Amino acid sequence: MSARRPRRASTASVLYDAPGPRTRRRIALASGVTVVVVVAALVLALREFASHGQLDADRWAPFASWPIWSYLLVGLRGTLLAAALTAVLSAAAGVLLALGRLSRVRLVRWPATAYIEVARALPVLLLIYVTLFGLPRYGIDLPLLWKLVVPLTVANSAAFAEIFRAGILSLPRGQDEAARSLGMSGAQSMRLVVLPQAVRRVTPSVVTQLVSLLKDTSLGYVVAFTELLFRAQVLASYNRLLVQTFLVVTAMYLVVNGLLSALASRLQDASRRRTPSTPDVPLLAAEEIHA
Amino acid sequence: MEALLDNAGPLLQGLLTTLWIAAVAGVGALVLGVLVAAARVSPVPVLRGVAFGYVQLFLNVPLLALLVLFVFALPDVGLLMPLATTVVVVLVVYEAAYVAEAVRSGVNTVSLGQAEAARALGLTFVQSLRLVVLPQAVRAVVQPLGNVLIALVMNTALAAAVGVVELTSATNKVNLVEAQPIPIFAGAGVLYMLVALTIGLLSGVVERRVAIAR
Repeated sequence: MSARRPRRASTASVLYDAPGPRTRRRIALASGVTVVVVVAALVLALREFASHGQLDADRWAPFASWPIWSYLLVGLRGTLLAAALTAVLSAAAGVLLALGRLSRVRLVRWPATAYIEVARALPVLLLIYVTLFGLPRYGIDLPLLWKLVVPLTVANSAAFAEIFRAGILSLPRGQDEAARSLGMSGAQSMRLVVLPQAVRRVTPSVVTQLVSLLKDTSLGYVVAFTELLFRAQVLASYNRLLVQTFLVVTAMYLVVNGLLSALASRLQDASRRRTPSTPDVPLLAAEEIHA
Repeated sequence: MEALLDNAGPLLQGLLTTLWIAAVAGVGALVLGVLVAAARVSPVPVLRGVAFGYVQLFLNVPLLALLVLFVFALPDVGLLMPLATTVVVVLVVYEAAYVAEAVRSGVNTVSLGQAEAARALGLTFVQSLRLVVLPQAVRAVVQPLGNVLIALVMNTALAAAVGVVELTSATNKVNLVEAQPIPIFAGAGVLYMLVALTIGLLSGVVERRVAIAR
């Protein structure tokens, strides 16, 4: 595995030689063409924006004022609250489900497996419609926040379970065997030896899943829970600045999630440096089933 | 159960819409995603930067925010397309980022010697990528690409939030009339699971077909 590190670092550069004069000219040309195309696309877009008056100063000026920002930041607070609740609940449930799926007891393993497979194959929006329009019929009317958090937790706990399971399976058997030979019970070995290492190994994937989870909270738009996207929609229907409002909100998501993603890749690099033999657990958490 | 059978028509209609949106967007995302992945490993720094920015943008912005932006806001700058077309376009550019990430991780699994051999034979960058590296890279990530496609099918459900009557939206409408949530939502859930299962099995078959014996 350690042979993989230099390869990973240099795959891109191994596809081509150190450029000679002619290649350098060609690369310069390709760079020029790329820049021209990108700039042309930007200019075209901006002209389209300008010709519809979307670049007028008075349409952007409100976003330099505090009231609008404080309005949107309340939405961001809702987004972070829902994301934090979902993260904690589904991480806890995910650990239990992962242990369940790895259990030797069929009565535990089968239901856990079934839950994970089913929850991974259902769109989150369908689950949200169930809590919005299905459950009230049976007398279960959750508060607004939980109408968003419960379906998200149902979906994300399955994703977390798969991440943790991958982490546990990636650990060398010797860890568990050594713990058992020291006289620990299966549960002790799992709790004190295997799980702590497994969780540390999959931390980057967990953070990536957090990004996906935070993106999912935008479904609060459907639930009418006060999060960023819903707040933006209310704001836009009030000030009629649709383009500006949604672009600003998109940028806000980009900043928050960009920070999380950067953290994930830093963790990934750090864990590679610390333990060069770490097997690769894919960073794309559960392949973003619920992206 | 009767509620489900009585409304099989609209539900299947919705399933059909889900399937064609997913199929068209899936093909588009695969093509665009491979191109973006190629740009990310190219020798042109600007191109690498643009591709990196592209992937970061769509990995970090919620799909629903993009859908709302494209469907409700961009008509204000004269970008007016039919609703379904808009949804397909947004899905293509969004999922292409995930395809690109999957393919790039595949490029990392192609062994050094392959690229070196291709270069030693005098293949240019584009040739060695097209004829040697990418075919192996894509074969290595059939299963992850299948997962991206499954995610895409689930993501088509978000089209319901902007007014496309696909499976999720049709299910909701049927339920509002019949008021029998359990059988109706369970029925829709089974349909989604069947689609996901089919893609999973197909990608398994394809993976075995194209696997390289080493």
